[in-house]
Amino acid sequence: MSTQTELANRAAELSARAAELADFARRAAEATAPVAQVVEPFLLMLTIFLMACFVGYYVVWSVTPALHSPLMGVTNAISSVIVVGGILAAAAAESDAARLFGVLAVTLASVNIFGGFLVTRRMLSMFQKKKG
Amino acid sequence: MATIATLAYLAASVLFILALRGLSHPETSRQGNQYGMIGMGIAILATILNSGMDFGGFVLIIAGIAIGGSIGTIIASRIQMTSLPQLVAAFHSLVGMAAVFVAAAALYSPQSFGIGVPGNIKGASLLEMSLGLAIGAITFSGSVIAFLKLDGRMSGAPILFANQHKLNAGLGILLLLLVILFVATGSPTLFWMIAILAFGLGFLLIIPIGGADMPVVVSMLNSYSGWAAAGIGFTIGNLLLIVTGALVGASGAILSYIMCKGMNRSIINVLLGGFGSDSGAAAAGGGGERAPVKAGSPEDAAFIMKNAGKIIVVPGYGMAVAQAQQVVREMADLLKKEGVEVSYAIHPVAGRMPGHMNVLLAEANVPYDEVHELEEINPEFAEADVAYVIGANDVTNPAAKTDKSSAIYGMPILDVERAKTVFFVKRGMASGYAGVENELFFRPNTMMLFGDAKKVTQEIVQALQR
Repeated sequence: MSTQTELANRAAELSARAAELADFARRAAEATAPVAQVVEPFLLMLTIFLMACFVGYYVVWSVTPALHSPLMGVTNAISSVIVVGGILAAAAAESDAARLFGVLAVTLASVNIFGGFLVTRRMLSMFQKKKG
Repeated sequence: MATIATLAYLAASVLFILALRGLSHPETSRQGNQYGMIGMGIAILATILNSGMDFGGFVLIIAGIAIGGSIGTIIASRIQMTSLPQLVAAFHSLVGMAAVFVAAAALYSPQSFGIGVPGNIKGASLLEMSLGLAIGAITFSGSVIAFLKLDGRMSGAPILFANQHKLNAGLGILLLLLVILFVATGSPTLFWMIAILAFGLGFLLIIPIGGADMPVVVSMLNSYSGWAAAGIGFTIGNLLLIVTGALVGASGAILSYIMCKGMNRSIINVLLGGFGSDSGAAAAGGGGERAPVKAGSPEDAAFIMKNAGKIIVVPGYGMAVAQAQQVVREMADLLKKEGVEVSYAIHPVAGRMPGHMNVLLAEANVPYDEVHELEEINPEFAEADVAYVIGANDVTNPAAKTDKSSAIYGMPILDVERAKTVFFVKRGMASGYAGVENELFFRPNTMMLFGDAKKVTQEIVQALQR
């Protein structure tokens, strides 16, 4: 009999411990949650940023020196992808100032997008192989 | 919907990488440029569709794209290829300014980007915002100065004054302090103070750098425009901006490195500026008892070249200034008809931007497989009968190999002195940009052809036609 009671007591004790642990884990999770929310997107962005730096490094070293001018043209055009930020700002009706800045950014970046890709195309169309 | 936008951004990132990848060979490069355009189209469409904008916003954005796009199209289709460096500098300034505007928009309407409400923006976002703002503003004013110098609207000579570097360092520290204060308070006043200070700093950083160091400056500003875009990407949490900014930043940094290596100078040395002021020119003349310079006529040159077996043309900035690329190709065509082998040697820092000479020669319909880089062609000068140096000077100066006291010592040069005969097409005896006299002018196998690069070459063409 006594062993049975002992076992039951032990089980009860264990379940209380488990409940305690669960509670602790919950509190720990609650405490870290806001931190995780702030840190994680930044870490993700940083990871992607560094990876993109490496991709850029290797891709650009493979560019032939003869095409370094068109490379500047293309990078100039694609850096105008900042137009995305301008569009988001211009789309928001909350602040007139933000909307104005957004439209200005869109306009400037568009000069670059069209001008950059076009001038690069002009440059590249001139590079020809020896005939025959 | 947001997932679709993210996927569209991913596709655009991949297309941008392919655009750069295409430039590994002229054959694939045009396709690459198209990938870039498609990527940009996808990015813009996805953003417009996903932004949930009202009709007014839509009209404004389309108007902005239409106005900016038309201006860009007109400029890009009218620009002369010799003006390419200043065009690129001008375009960099626009990216810088756009970054400033987006940062300002994020400050006044943080809720559009999910980083807080006006007056209460997350500290991390404020830091990212001020970085994008400062780099963007420096890119803007620095590129404007680079543009003015390259376009000849401002003297290419370095502008130096006492305590210049101390002033710049002081302003840099002040900028850092303002950024810290801004992150702590989020005050719009501080935001605009950072902008003004950064504009001033960009201006001051570029004025001491001389005209011929502009290839490094243009590459560096190219890099900055990328970092500015990445900074804005971090601010508004946009992965496409971060990826593209990193690609462009890396690309510009590598180009700057290649240009510096082409001059055997450190990036710091270039950025501190002052190089190419003519202080060294007088001291360099030293030698005194020199053989007289041998000047020749275009007719003599035409005769020698006609009877040569192999000719290497070495173009420099002087060819671009004189717009002589077309005539040079005509000369090469006539020589090829006589059975002469003609090729071209390009120094990495020839011209005013990376790859400048290659584009000019391509414009004159010179096939790209006749155009060679320094390492590739240097062994061939020993077998060449004639080296035709047109508008280049420092990049051929053997003092870079022999004279340890020379300003250009250690710079890789084109070994034109190994050719049997060297023609120098030059306006006069003036030193090159580095202010170092070129001893090649005094060698017995050198013949100077004094005059405008285009006129002299034209006279050679006429003599060859006779």
